[in-house]
Amino acid sequence: MKKKSAWMMLAPGLLILLVCLAIPLCKVLIPTITAGSYPFSQYVEFLQDEYYQKIFLRTIRIAVITTVICMIGGIPTAYFISRCPKKWRGLLLAASIFPMMTNSVIRSFAWINILGSNGIINNFLKFAHIIERPMKLLYTDFSIIIGSVYLFLPLMIVTVTGVMENIDDDMMEAAQSLGADRLSAFMKVIFPMSLPGIIVGGTLVFTGTLTAYTTPQLLGGNSNMVLATLIYQRAMSVGDWNGASVVALVMIVVTLLVIKGLNAFAAKLDKRGA
Amino acid sequence: MKKKNTGLTIYAAVVFAFLMIPLLIITVTAFGGGSAIVFPIDSFSLKWFAEVFSLKSFRRSFLTSLEVAFLATMIALLVGIPAAYVLARSSLKGKQLLKSVFLSPTIVPGIVIGFILYQFLVLSLRLPVLVSLLGGHFLVTLPYVIRVVGSAMEQFDFSIEEAAWSLGCPKQQAFFKVVLPNVTSGISSAFMLAFINSFNNIPVSMFLTGPGISTFPATLMNYIEYNYNPAVSAVSVLLMAATVIIMVIVDRTLGIASLAK
Repeated sequence: MKKKSAWMMLAPGLLILLVCLAIPLCKVLIPTITAGSYPFSQYVEFLQDEYYQKIFLRTIRIAVITTVICMIGGIPTAYFISRCPKKWRGLLLAASIFPMMTNSVIRSFAWINILGSNGIINNFLKFAHIIERPMKLLYTDFSIIIGSVYLFLPLMIVTVTGVMENIDDDMMEAAQSLGADRLSAFMKVIFPMSLPGIIVGGTLVFTGTLTAYTTPQLLGGNSNMVLATLIYQRAMSVGDWNGASVVALVMIVVTLLVIKGLNAFAAKLDKRGA
Repeated sequence: MKKKNTGLTIYAAVVFAFLMIPLLIITVTAFGGGSAIVFPIDSFSLKWFAEVFSLKSFRRSFLTSLEVAFLATMIALLVGIPAAYVLARSSLKGKQLLKSVFLSPTIVPGIVIGFILYQFLVLSLRLPVLVSLLGGHFLVTLPYVIRVVGSAMEQFDFSIEEAAWSLGCPKQQAFFKVVLPNVTSGISSAFMLAFINSFNNIPVSMFLTGPGISTFPATLMNYIEYNYNPAVSAVSVLLMAATVIIMVIVDRTLGIASLAK
């Protein structure tokens, strides 16, 4: 292919990316770096501010816990799906994809119904005379975590199933015939072989939770803010556009660091395996 | 599975119950006759479905969302397919870097995309909100096109294209008559994924609203924050029914795994 025609085919996409992503990013974010008494002073202030620190750490904590729970719930389930007969596999995969295709407003709304002060859990416990007053389940870190797990568990299952499907059944049998019991055969053979897929899934879940807006907005309320809801609140409710821009860059940098870090980890594993 | 593993089966059953039960509860509450959401319902009624169709803001934003998702996806296909072709085919230097440029919208959080586009396109360039919204949703859809069409292109044996060239077929014609027909299933999967994800996206649209312009999920989200009634359950049921229909169609034509990319 001629160089010129190749660039002609890339040009329209690159042009839109320039206008809709690169220029707006620079225009909004660069002033936050240069403003203040010295470069990055706004970021130093951000990280020293107790209120922002709390939100920053809450966001990271929720993302870590959500990722761990999604791994614990998703990996065995993915293994189960990958070992099912073909007909069942398609059905279970469809059952995992269905929630992913369902709007996140709906998926968060489901948990308002369950966790609300007049929701299913509280009503049941009151009915059974276990509690007298409704427990505060909604608008807590707990409700954000359960909503995020609900949001991202299907993604974990689907991603890991994709890798495990390619692992030959004989591997497990070989391990077992050599004396390993089922659990240790899984931990020593299947788990290491599917680790690259697990890391990809973990990265998707972690960065997804870190940047999610809908679920923390609906299930966290105003007293349990995370970085994504903080941007919106700073800009729209308080009118602090500069503060919102600072949070925006913090989010991008954390996302990049996580992706780079986990990629490097995966590459290291790859080298060891090869 | 050759040997039955009861423990694992129960574990998977619990996980799927966790995934399905909340959506089943919504479905049941949509048919309640009372004015509040209760489970189990005390009377049966379809009135909340009628309520959904009578809400003008729902109807209008639904059409806006269909329009934005469709147009954004079409633009992404239009500029993304040639780009994916070049990225798979050519020997340009820095191809890997170019590919990550095309995938770069995925590392910018949706809420940040909406935020910067509002400031740059709407406030600085004074572009209409709808155009800016389209720009934001283009960024949502483009990576799906690059990834899914790209992997279809990488699997295509380009010696077939070269055969067409050597038989005298002009390059442009060879692209349309030989390359494109061989990647149609990739293009269809990319279309479905991009369209669904654009339609469902909320954070990108949060800042990009204007008089009479709001996407459907954003409208629904605002509605929930002020009205907590079974109309929301009814909307959810309608959307889930649409999702099931789409999934059945995709399964019959492309295979369900094409949605798992």
